[in-house]
Amino acid sequence: MMDISWSQAEIAFQDEVRTFLKANLTDEVRAAGRLMTSVYTDHELSMKWQGILAKKGWAAPGWPVAYGGCGWTTTQHYIFARECALAGAPPISPMGLRMCAPGLIQFGTQEQKDYFLPRIISGEVFFCQGYSEPNSGSDLASLKMAARREGDEFVCNGSKIWTTHANVANWIFCLVRTNQQDKPQKGITFLLIEMDRPGVEVRPIVSLTGEHLQNEVFFTDVRVPVKNVVGKIDDGWTVAKYVLEFERGGAYTPTQRVALERIRDFAATIPGDTTARLIDEPVFATRLARLFMHADALEIFELRTLSAISSGGSPGAASSVMKIMGTELEQAVTELRLDAAARLSREYRPEACLPGGPILYPHATAPVATPTEALVAPLRYFNERAATIYAGSNEIQRNILAKAALGL
Amino acid sequence: MNFDFSDEQKQLRDQVRRFLGEHCTTKHVRAVLEGKHKYDRNVWRGLADLGLLGIAIPEEYGGTGAGHLELCVVAEELGRALAPIPYSSTIYLAAELLLRVGTEAQKKQFLPKIAAGEVIGTVALVESMGDPTPASIRTIVQAGRITGHKTLVPEGEIADFAIIVGRENSLNDEAGIGLYLVDLKSDGVHIKPVETVDPTRNHAEVTFTNVPVEALGNIGEGWMYLNAALDRAAVLVAFEQIGGADRALEIGRDYALDRMAFGRQIGSFQAIKHILADMYVATTLARSNAYYGAWAFSTNAAELGEAAANVRISATQAYQLCSKNSIHVHGGMGFTWEYDCHLFYRRSNLLALSLGSLTMWENRLIDAMCKTHAAA
Repeated sequence: MMDISWSQAEIAFQDEVRTFLKANLTDEVRAAGRLMTSVYTDHELSMKWQGILAKKGWAAPGWPVAYGGCGWTTTQHYIFARECALAGAPPISPMGLRMCAPGLIQFGTQEQKDYFLPRIISGEVFFCQGYSEPNSGSDLASLKMAARREGDEFVCNGSKIWTTHANVANWIFCLVRTNQQDKPQKGITFLLIEMDRPGVEVRPIVSLTGEHLQNEVFFTDVRVPVKNVVGKIDDGWTVAKYVLEFERGGAYTPTQRVALERIRDFAATIPGDTTARLIDEPVFATRLARLFMHADALEIFELRTLSAISSGGSPGAASSVMKIMGTELEQAVTELRLDAAARLSREYRPEACLPGGPILYPHATAPVATPTEALVAPLRYFNERAATIYAGSNEIQRNILAKAALGL
Repeated sequence: MNFDFSDEQKQLRDQVRRFLGEHCTTKHVRAVLEGKHKYDRNVWRGLADLGLLGIAIPEEYGGTGAGHLELCVVAEELGRALAPIPYSSTIYLAAELLLRVGTEAQKKQFLPKIAAGEVIGTVALVESMGDPTPASIRTIVQAGRITGHKTLVPEGEIADFAIIVGRENSLNDEAGIGLYLVDLKSDGVHIKPVETVDPTRNHAEVTFTNVPVEALGNIGEGWMYLNAALDRAAVLVAFEQIGGADRALEIGRDYALDRMAFGRQIGSFQAIKHILADMYVATTLARSNAYYGAWAFSTNAAELGEAAANVRISATQAYQLCSKNSIHVHGGMGFTWEYDCHLFYRRSNLLALSLGSLTMWENRLIDAMCKTHAAA
């Protein structure tokens, strides 16, 4: 039976989350959220916030209770995400908590679960993701990084690219080729590799903003114990596909709604072209309203998907719909924010924000005169170009939908 | 939280789909399109017999009293089948207004006959092109008699009665606006057909000269009643739009699997896949909005205004996208009278304007958002 209202218990839970955030979300962590330049939070502050959440038992709410999850209902997860966004909390890195861990929980050995899961929560193990290669991006199954079996070890050779936070991670979850014989998807294995193994080398990739978050990782005769395989040897594609559904099916809307509300408030403080306040410009108000509408549509879709998952389904094709619509919304939000910000300031000062990694090419050192909302606008606008490319480009998502939802 | 129809509601959907699959094929729709009848009486009769005209009318007024979620289920199926019947004007608008603002006597007079399929109703609002505003209403009521001119009256040629938006003064504001019940068979009513992009739904110009009327609800509150009715109707029409969009997508997908070019199914080309995937995304999102709207409608939630505008806009856009791209995917065949693509294209364009334009609804959304945020 259709029922979309919240229960008394859910409203009480919302109060509990609000009380917790009020007491524990420090100004320092909140600043990381306000001044972030991309989807990645400043690493140190992200880990600090993860620690605070872990202490409360809320760092990995979506995991099974036995491994530290919260056993929340769909609505509770949504309330938590929404309240965090409203309070200005920054996102914490998803790579271990929301990507590798679901794979471990579903396909890992007991020993792997016992070792990794508590350490992912505590931050002692920090994963990065080794999927893409220089010649295998959207066409991921063509990947070539080789893992040759020698007794109880694999000997790995090859390279991974676009590896966010490889420079700070101590583990990487990789897709490697263990079998050349079969069709491309069949000979791939999901392998966990320690970053301090001899033969692992990390080289920075500086992004178009001048930030260093991504890396290329080179593997030269790196020896990895066979017990680090997750799932079956040669069957890593199954694990990877499972993990990707979780990566794509994130909660987009609470963050985007809050971003739109900030733009609305910001636009009430600056002059328009023909009106005293930008928010009163009909064209601007219409663009903003359209994005609110887009966010509303996604919010309801997200809730509907979550409610289907909680009754036992997997995100499936819905995660591709979310990825396409969510990233297109995010890009449009950054475009509108920049439109407003450009009326106040033309400063481009990544070093004055709190980016997800160091700035390699700062140009100015003078004190910053731009208010925060305008200061982060160009950075987010630049970084958001990645959204329609990463996690399987939006064209790949459309191919998935054509196949999975339409039978083409 | 639950975002789905119940098992009973899904059974109802199957029942309606089976009935329409037999009695309301595109062959039946084309009979109306090509001018053989003004609407499909057989389908109308059948829906009455199945209790589907009175599905949201309480039992005491001759309906089955199932509810508004059930009405949404029926609406989606009618949209899928392009049903050429006066359902939306009679049920979504006239019956709903009678239920909300009618006196006991008015309800007893009309609702049982509506549920039984004995009378067809409509709402006569539009007087000039452009979106209706209080100032656009120039139809005047004096001493219980109405004089004025209405155009684009849905089902104007076949309706038995109309609810007219009129006014009791010659001002431009909402204050004098009321709703009035009129028997369209009365002397002084002159009806002239209007051919629109979708002749499967009848429209007419109606001129009233000194015709006796009865007020529906309070004078001065007519504009408010009308707007609330438009919000509710927007949710129901959105279900029709989604039903149509889904079907247009399906026939496009089927054609892409069937048609060969360069030795392959055209559906194997990414350029075609992506067009169809975008149609799927638009319909999927509109459907989510529609479920939200259905919930707000059926529970009378405060969110109804915003939800209705959202679903109106997304369902209109989704249907227009799907019907237009379905033509494109069909290539040259999509451009023929023989193929059904244009039936969906016609209906999508009719429904896009039937409750006011997208611009009007975007303005309503901006207003609704400002209200929500002022309250927050």
